[in-house]
Amino acid sequence: VNSLDVVGPQLAVLIAAGLVLLVDSLIPQQRRLLPVVALLGLIVSALWTTSWVGRGDYQIAFDGTLALDKYSVFFYYVFAGITATVVLASIDWVNREGRGQGEYYALVLTVCSGLMFLAASRDLITIFLALELSSIPQYILAGWGKDSKSSEAGLKYLLLGAIASSLLLYGMALIYGITGTTLLPEIAAAIKADGETYRGLLVVATILLIAGFGFKMAVVPFQMWVPDVYQGAPTPIAAFLSVGSKAAAFAVVIRIFFEGLDADFLSDDWSMIFAVLAAASMTLGNLMAIVQTDIKRMLGYSSVAQAGNFMIGLAAISVAGEEFTLGASAILLFVAAYAFTNLGAFVGVIAISQRIGSDQIKDYAGMWKRSPVLALAVAFCLISLTGIPPTVGFWAKIYIFNAGIRADLVWLVVIGVLNSVVAGYYYLSVARQMFMGDAEEDQKFRASPSITMALGAATIGVIVFGIIPMPLMSAAQDAVEIFAR
Amino acid sequence: VELTLLVFLPAAAAGVILLLPRSMEQQSRWIALGASIVILALSIQMFFAFDLGAPGYQFVERREWVDIGAFNLQYFLGVDGLSMPLVLLTTFLTLASVLVSFSVTHRPRAYYACLLVLASSVIGVFTALDFLLFFLFWELELFPMYLLISVWGSGRKEYSAMKFVLYTIAGSAFMLVGILVLAFSANTFDIEVLSQTDFQDTLIPLGWVFFFLFVGFAVKLPIVPLHTWLPDAHSDAPTAVSVMLAGVLLKMGGYGLIRISITMMPGIAEDWDVWFAAIGAISVLYGAFITLRQTDVKRLIAYSSVSHMGLVLLGIGALGNVGLVGATYQMLAHGLITGLMFVMVGLMYERTHTREIARLGGLARQMPLIATGMVFAGLGSLGLPALAGFIAEITVFLGTFQKYEWAVLMSIFGVVLSAGYVLWMLQRVVFGPVKHEWDGVTDQRHWWEHTVVIGLVALVVLLGVYPDLMTEMIAPAIDSIVLRIEA
Repeated sequence: VNSLDVVGPQLAVLIAAGLVLLVDSLIPQQRRLLPVVALLGLIVSALWTTSWVGRGDYQIAFDGTLALDKYSVFFYYVFAGITATVVLASIDWVNREGRGQGEYYALVLTVCSGLMFLAASRDLITIFLALELSSIPQYILAGWGKDSKSSEAGLKYLLLGAIASSLLLYGMALIYGITGTTLLPEIAAAIKADGETYRGLLVVATILLIAGFGFKMAVVPFQMWVPDVYQGAPTPIAAFLSVGSKAAAFAVVIRIFFEGLDADFLSDDWSMIFAVLAAASMTLGNLMAIVQTDIKRMLGYSSVAQAGNFMIGLAAISVAGEEFTLGASAILLFVAAYAFTNLGAFVGVIAISQRIGSDQIKDYAGMWKRSPVLALAVAFCLISLTGIPPTVGFWAKIYIFNAGIRADLVWLVVIGVLNSVVAGYYYLSVARQMFMGDAEEDQKFRASPSITMALGAATIGVIVFGIIPMPLMSAAQDAVEIFAR
Repeated sequence: VELTLLVFLPAAAAGVILLLPRSMEQQSRWIALGASIVILALSIQMFFAFDLGAPGYQFVERREWVDIGAFNLQYFLGVDGLSMPLVLLTTFLTLASVLVSFSVTHRPRAYYACLLVLASSVIGVFTALDFLLFFLFWELELFPMYLLISVWGSGRKEYSAMKFVLYTIAGSAFMLVGILVLAFSANTFDIEVLSQTDFQDTLIPLGWVFFFLFVGFAVKLPIVPLHTWLPDAHSDAPTAVSVMLAGVLLKMGGYGLIRISITMMPGIAEDWDVWFAAIGAISVLYGAFITLRQTDVKRLIAYSSVSHMGLVLLGIGALGNVGLVGATYQMLAHGLITGLMFVMVGLMYERTHTREIARLGGLARQMPLIATGMVFAGLGSLGLPALAGFIAEITVFLGTFQKYEWAVLMSIFGVVLSAGYVLWMLQRVVFGPVKHEWDGVTDQRHWWEHTVVIGLVALVVLLGVYPDLMTEMIAPAIDSIVLRIEA
């Protein structure tokens, strides 16, 4: 029973997935219930998580392969929130698409449980299984749409994802070969004992791991799939990929590198790799984003750039001896901030595109006149992505740059701030289009209730945590305490 | 709580205005007027309650805000003799901006809300004593400013607004790096503590930190060659926004240089002061030459701002009591005089719908009151004795002359040019043969127009004949900064 308690949040989500399928086949005339069941499952999951926090009953379970600690709890909340928003944002699209409604929600929930497992795993095999549990449904979901673009997205994501998984597996095999174990703490002990002799091999393994996860994070040079998949996949799924799997990849990378590969001689190497990847991602992602005319492609490239921002935190981790966890807490804050912000932006895109039937940025002209509240909400999310107060993105950016400075990575932070100017240009161009442009038609419209709820929740988060950032910051700080040394 | 009220009252009023129903949108101006009168009254009250003898900051409010290990922010506000006059300038020009906006009918709720948020953020910049809080307010000002220029502006308004925002973001991006490096070295964001720290072994050489911060402030000031956003933004912004932009936003740059750059890194400032003087003198001269060539009244005033703000940098470059007091005084004088100038041009533009100098002429006949105001502002701008600008210029020159004779001589030539462009402009716009095209236009006649013009004129004269009113307050604050530089 105790072990089941540990995986309770994941179980709740998986059971909800099963229930969705059951409801779909038993009472097919009541399709409206499907998202409700899915949301209920997510709520139960979050409540379960909360009950642990209340009990303070943190533990390691399943022979050390799963950890129930503040770190995983933080991500459980994040993933439950992200998935709930995605479900809300999907309702209209799924209704319109018509087919396979139950399966759609079931797959979304399965992804969620996989992401949660990823955040809690501390064993290489469990990590790999959790990764596949979250990835395979995503491949299907990316190809869910009826048009050829969606199929292309699904196939592309599947093929490249398979390559990434194999690279990852190769890296894990190397580590197992060197240390003789798959458990992260034991790996750390083995490496500290006599890892130095295998340093070259370990660096190779590290690079392979980074390549595998870099695909999920969408950092340069593993970003090739991003624009096509974001453009082709159903927009709610693109949103899911851009925040959910990115966050999970960072969650697991922090755990592997902090808990398993934190030996001093090794961390200098991988911190350098992360720093270079961060600089490349930010720069390339932003430069490519400028020239995009399709908003989903633009957000795709921007998410590459944002991944570069996240990565400043990874690079900052190892170098800073006494403030070992500052970079990690910066990433967690960024993850939460980015979840609110980017989901808000994507949900706004869903609402607008549904109405105007286009993803072209130029067609967003005059949104301010047609739907002021919607335009304002999206504008706030774009401002938050740029990192201008009073939004949560401002704090996330300051905090991660601060971590970078404290890790003596001034050059990287300078690249980061320059990039935020470039990013400001294209984010604000969209805002400008919405506020200043002239609409071809000026009929007013409102987003559907579910979309309004999703967008409202995201935007309120963006603004409230922009004014009172403290709770989010201390949650992030608490969560990474387990890595302190 | 005075400062908290001062900073957040305008923003709160903006919130109230946004909540007004559409049927009452014309009433938003009264709420804006009420809020700006209250903050003006409050700041005047503070100005007189300010203890001239006491060292350090007054009206201090300090509360923990964010406190997580390495990241420790305070909600820390306070004013000293340097910031108090600037706060007063801001509240005064806010009231003036609200009044000159009384004729705005396009989306008045959003307009006044933006104007008030802008006021909040600028007052925040002048009063924040926590470095990140300072930065937050610095960035906060972008959002209302962007909307104000691009929605209610004229001409290439979107382009100008975007250019303004990008220049500022670029400058503040560098500034952020500087802030974080300094804060890391001293392990605090507290400006009061940072101002007393001797920085050693910073992550990057201190000169670079200084340079990063300087770029952030210099864009705002602006200096040549980072000034190109200014003429665009000024000339395309609506009148009230030009007043705010020229009157107070440019001062954020000068304030930052004095409060942050030279106070926190006096050693570097001493190595660099010759550059300050040189860039200042170049800005004065170059700005004046470019101003001569302008054909649009608003652009002309905008370029003259570049020239006048060069004097601020020149005064700072002296790194002495007199020069710094002069620089601060120049900020006040320029804020009032250029504010008045933009108000007059705005009133004129409202009636004639052109700013083309060639199309205007002989307006003294058709609109004598506006013409008088313009002539007065022009005389202030060229530094006529007994007006505020004269005191400021003479103090800057006195303070700088011993150290950088050549820079002062260059700048004096710039001031001579300013007499040229101002008088020439007045001659072409206000005097000369009457153009019958403008026979029908009305003169200044609304009570709000009279109030603004009379108020600004009175202050320009007051600061011109009774400089002690301000200098008594500014001088002690400057003295403590100079003491640190000399130490």
